[in-house]
Amino acid sequence: MKLTSERVRYVAGLANLNLSDEEVERFRADLSGILEHVEKLNELDTSGVPPMAQVLYPAEDTATLRPDRDRPPLGAQTALANAPQAGAGHFKVPKVIER
Amino acid sequence: MREMSTPTLELASAEAIARYEPVIGLEVHVQLATVTKIFCGCPTSFGAPPNTNVCPVCLGLPGALPVLSKDAVELAVKAALALNCQIRSQSRFARKNYFYPDLPKGYQISQYDEPLAEHGWVDIRIDGQTKRLGVTRVHMEDDAGKSIHDGFKDSDLYTYVDLNRCGTPLIEIVSEPDMRSADEAYAYLTELKQMLQFVEVSTCDMEKGHLRCDANVSVRPKGAANFGTKAEVKNVNSFRFVKIALEYEIARQVALIESGGEVAQETRLFNPDTGETVGMRSKEHAHDYRYFPEPDLAPLRISDAWLDQIRATLPELPAQKRQRFVESFGLRDYDAQVVTLTRATADYYETVAAVSGDARAAANWVMGELTGALNAEGKAIEESPVSARQLGELVALIRGGEISNKLAKEIFPKMLASGESAPAIMEREGLKQISDSGALEKIVDDAIAASPKQVEQYKSGKTAVLGYLVGQVMKASRGQANPGSVNELLRKKLC
Repeated sequence: MKLTSERVRYVAGLANLNLSDEEVERFRADLSGILEHVEKLNELDTSGVPPMAQVLYPAEDTATLRPDRDRPPLGAQTALANAPQAGAGHFKVPKVIER
Repeated sequence: MREMSTPTLELASAEAIARYEPVIGLEVHVQLATVTKIFCGCPTSFGAPPNTNVCPVCLGLPGALPVLSKDAVELAVKAALALNCQIRSQSRFARKNYFYPDLPKGYQISQYDEPLAEHGWVDIRIDGQTKRLGVTRVHMEDDAGKSIHDGFKDSDLYTYVDLNRCGTPLIEIVSEPDMRSADEAYAYLTELKQMLQFVEVSTCDMEKGHLRCDANVSVRPKGAANFGTKAEVKNVNSFRFVKIALEYEIARQVALIESGGEVAQETRLFNPDTGETVGMRSKEHAHDYRYFPEPDLAPLRISDAWLDQIRATLPELPAQKRQRFVESFGLRDYDAQVVTLTRATADYYETVAAVSGDARAAANWVMGELTGALNAEGKAIEESPVSARQLGELVALIRGGEISNKLAKEIFPKMLASGESAPAIMEREGLKQISDSGALEKIVDDAIAASPKQVEQYKSGKTAVLGYLVGQVMKASRGQANPGSVNELLRKKLC
């Protein structure tokens, strides 16, 4: 499947990436190659196979659930330790302006 | 998001609006009443210092894995059952991808193509009629954190982010576009809230954001078969505001169409200060969430046995209660409505009715004296200084003829003030209605002896003077004689 450069820009936008024209062209070629490779799977007949979302085994209905009991949280000091910017107990991020 | 500058619009006249039919659907987010978050053991307690109730899972740190809360599932199923939904034996979580600083994972874990429950309905009462509104689906998801854009000294440069709310368990209840007026939307929300509180799925505390509402609204000429283009109104955090926002939006859309324009499909923000909605310029691709199945969570399976177990924990629902109160207690529709407004009120009322043995008088006392007193003190019925049993005892005393209604109304404030029972107060203050015929007879005899002139007048045919004698007896008994018995006794003695 050959991707158009519009398609590449669209996907980059969803991923919050700004690409130069040069990069768009490079990713267009790379992504097209990847998609073509994966397209090979379409050669298999999967009409009788139910879709599988993940590899987790079908457990008893409550086996993968947890009880509603609280555990000590990290606390603000640890939570904010790796924050590039913090203040007044909050994460600080550049002013949010919808693009 | 940035607001678009829109020229002030002339709203449509009532006559123009009357030619159109609004079509409204609501999306309601409800916080489930669990102790911990949906996918981790962090507490959901409200008002904690910022970023204290967080862990690797709800912070979205690499490698952290979500584990679904069993209690959250049970509450969600309870809500769905109360809304008459069909529960899927297997549902699936999905990632809804978007970028925002208060969403550290970069995606919300929600449900998409296989939601927990579907095909439900809610009955509302509107203009004395019952109308059934469809519930499209109920699904589970986690909440995002909180972005604070104002209030800090460098707020012009920075947005502050508190992630305590991240991972709070929510259900989203999506209605069918079945509502045809702002009033119906208001009635739906009221019914929904009452129901969810009744089944104890959520405390629905609006001030804490436990119940949030987005409204989809469009208008079409009356009789038209197709829906008009809809706008989505967000940021409406009280039922009253929903009504105001919808009424504004209906008038705006009608005016647009009447003037030859078109309604744009867009998201609009409600401004509570002006009562208006304002269009938002949204990102071009804002609605491409690229949902895909959540690989870190197994499908949610709900066996018939588990479903039955959950169903068994459902209490009697408000509508059933109302019907029972009308049919077996003989309450009027309106009274049944009032005493079932909350589960606490309904439980309180039922105890009063049972203890007193007089269901209608119980309703009058709960709606009248009790509610009045609690309102005056700003208390909820759960905090009432007079317990349901105590009020029941008071009403029982009236029913048994031991005290008059008037005397009961004097005793009640004393119960409120002291928390003592009615019999205890009567005992202490000697307030018992005199039903002992010997004691009453003595007071009557004394009154007759003390009023020879009036007795003579009565005997000569001026029967109106009997009122004076009754008054004398009541005075001598300090209001504790039964006026009926006094009347009867006096007549007997004077003939």
